[in-house]
Amino acid sequence: MITPLVALVRRDLRLFFSDQRSVLMSFLAPIVIASFFGYVFGGSGGKTETSKIPVLIVDQDGSDISRQIASGLTADKNLEVKVVSSESAKELVRKGKATVAILLPKEFGANAAKALFTSDGKPEIDFFYDPSHRMEMGMAQGILTGQVMQTVSKEMFGGATGQKMASDALARVEQSQGLDKASKSTISDLLRSVEKFNNENAKAKVDGKPVSSGGFTTPYQVREEAVTSGTSVEYNGYAHSFGGMGIQFILFMGIDVGIGVLLQRQRGLWKRLRAAPISKTLLLSARVISAAIIALVILTVIFTFARIVFGVRIEGSMLGFVGICLAFSLMTATFGLLIAALGKTPEAARGLSVFVTLLLVMLGGAWVPAFIFPQWLQTVTKFVPTRWAMDGLDAMTWRGLGVDAALGPIAVLLGFALLFGAVAVHQFRWEAEG
Amino acid sequence: MLQVNSLKKNYGALQAVDGVTFCASDGETIGLLGPNGAGKTTTVSIIAGLLSPTSGEVLINGRPLSGDTDPVKRKIGLVPQDLALYDEMSALDNLSFFGALYDLSGAPLTRAIAEALDLVGLADRAKDKVGTFSGGMKRRLNLAAALLHDPQILLLDEPTVGVDPQSRNAIFDNLEVLKSRGKTLIYTTHYMEEAERLCDRLVIIDHGKVIADDTLPNLYQLLPVTNVLAIELADPPDAPLLLGLKALPQVEAAESQGRVLKIGIRHLSEDTPAILQWLVMEGHPYTHLANERASLETVFLNLTGRSLRDS
Ligand SMILES: Nc1ncnc2c1ncn2[C@@H]1O[C@H](COP(=O)(O)OP(=O)(O)OP(=O)(O)O)[C@@H](O)[C@H]1O
Ligand SMILES: [Mg+2]
Repeated sequence: MITPLVALVRRDLRLFFSDQRSVLMSFLAPIVIASFFGYVFGGSGGKTETSKIPVLIVDQDGSDISRQIASGLTADKNLEVKVVSSESAKELVRKGKATVAILLPKEFGANAAKALFTSDGKPEIDFFYDPSHRMEMGMAQGILTGQVMQTVSKEMFGGATGQKMASDALARVEQSQGLDKASKSTISDLLRSVEKFNNENAKAKVDGKPVSSGGFTTPYQVREEAVTSGTSVEYNGYAHSFGGMGIQFILFMGIDVGIGVLLQRQRGLWKRLRAAPISKTLLLSARVISAAIIALVILTVIFTFARIVFGVRIEGSMLGFVGICLAFSLMTATFGLLIAALGKTPEAARGLSVFVTLLLVMLGGAWVPAFIFPQWLQTVTKFVPTRWAMDGLDAMTWRGLGVDAALGPIAVLLGFALLFGAVAVHQFRWEAEG
Repeated sequence: MLQVNSLKKNYGALQAVDGVTFCASDGETIGLLGPNGAGKTTTVSIIAGLLSPTSGEVLINGRPLSGDTDPVKRKIGLVPQDLALYDEMSALDNLSFFGALYDLSGAPLTRAIAEALDLVGLADRAKDKVGTFSGGMKRRLNLAAALLHDPQILLLDEPTVGVDPQSRNAIFDNLEVLKSRGKTLIYTTHYMEEAERLCDRLVIIDHGKVIADDTLPNLYQLLPVTNVLAIELADPPDAPLLLGLKALPQVEAAESQGRVLKIGIRHLSEDTPAILQWLVMEGHPYTHLANERASLETVFLNLTGRSLRDS
């Protein structure tokens, strides 16, 4: 009973590790691909810089205000600003050299100040953007709005042209058709106060007293902190990518397990196995055990690599991590048996199962994290076992959750293992052919 | 003692095995003879417990196999028609693995492997990967893998298929050694010469049915002739001569091939003198005389109307 079981498991391990192709596919491939994905999707913590949005500015105004806006945008850490002529701007965006081009027209500064309190005569800013970068476009637009508000209002409250701007604005308000009487008098009061404020400031300047420089600013500041396992722990993109690629290539290994059984059948080896006085349970368990061992070895190797090279740590429960690895390994093993049970010939089984595996991996969020999926897809993928494996591994690595967060994934993975195993045993063709 | 009783196996509408019955006493060598697709492998697979028959039963020492782990399975050694070996592993590792399936380990396993390798003459290649072996060597290792647990009954499914005459002889020598050790051999083949050389008894199968089951001498008795005389004449024989020959009571059949007369007879010593005498008296002196034994090939042809090779 024990001797044949050990012999069967040893045979599987020996065949796996003596096959250079399978070793290459199972160890080298996930490490290389996970390193790439990890690097591209955020890397480890704040060490790598996210790329800036390339922005072009065309300043046709050349006023104090427009120059201040340009320099304000240049100072923003999210933008990479270049001042260019209007002809080249559109062309550069079309060629993809810049994501956004902002065109400040003639008299923009003066008109913007006048339009601050009335809705008519607003100057237009032309905003050209690359449609393949909508997200960046939105971000640049937000930054621009803040910058323009700040610069224009600041100029009005105490800037060199502030006196003139305030009186111009006052005149416009008085003439405005669009405002009712009550609003007119309220805004006029406000503008007179601004005039008064500017006069006092001018006087203070002459007297050498401290000057309060005003202007609107965004009434908040953002303090960014990524929420991970703790304030000292940084998100590590490699943790996700190594988990994801581990899952993918272990499933590929699972396919090979199934194909291996089909090949055995084809080569007549199955006859020898069945002629020996050993039970069906023993034959299948040996397969499951060896596949699970190989899966665990793969996970161990690639996470060790990730730890040494990219500092990926099990920030959460080690016990939970091991539990998820075990459950996933078992699921992979029974997945392999399922292929062996349902596949007719090795060739036919391979194509289909590779396709199914890639689907599982994709829907599981191993390529791109599931949290960027639309809501309905996030719900649907709850029925995909790889999603649970991926979420579980994420929880135990960079999210740093406790063992209780591992119980759900472990239970679901074991459930799938049981399901696959049951279907496989039920559908398995025990008879040797020919 | 192996008994096979009215075995049937259907694959859909196809009756692969259709009521095969035979038995093999201990130490007996049975040839299962039949053309491609006759149902030989299917029969052997059912005996080994790999397939369950649609109906009928296989008894080993009077008992049917009960389940996968029945210890009676140890009495059977199967040499599959395909080379059932791991090319990626050495001969030694292959045999260790197959031995372990029969719960062999430690010293008994080592001894069994050494003996089996010795018998098939591969002891010096034990550590080499099977992938590097020639076809003949693989065939011999395929045989060795079935011997480790020292089974009483050996099921040999075309064990010489695809090997050169030299390797075939080597395998035959191995089988004769096993036979001399008192093993029961069930030998499947579609080569008549092989069956004639090795087997005590022949079970001839065609389209899943047993069409003959007897010893060699008795099977020869089934033939209308036992010998064919080939007589070369000085002049080509003519039609009246053939007619005259066929009229003789000793002649079963007669035909001409160029200057050679082929005459089928039943009893060599009794019939020959009369025929030769008649020829001389009729004025047809002969220049050469030879006798051919009728072969099993002819038996099959006679039983089915088809030749074994091209069916
Ligand atoms: N699994 C199967 N499904 C359907 N038909 C089968 C199956 N196995 C065998 N057969 C058919 O059963 C018949 C007997 O096959 P079998 O392999 O027993 O013949 P055989 O005598 O061993 O032939 P060969 O000399 O070619 O090895 C053949 O017609 C074959 O096509
Ligand atoms: Mg066959």
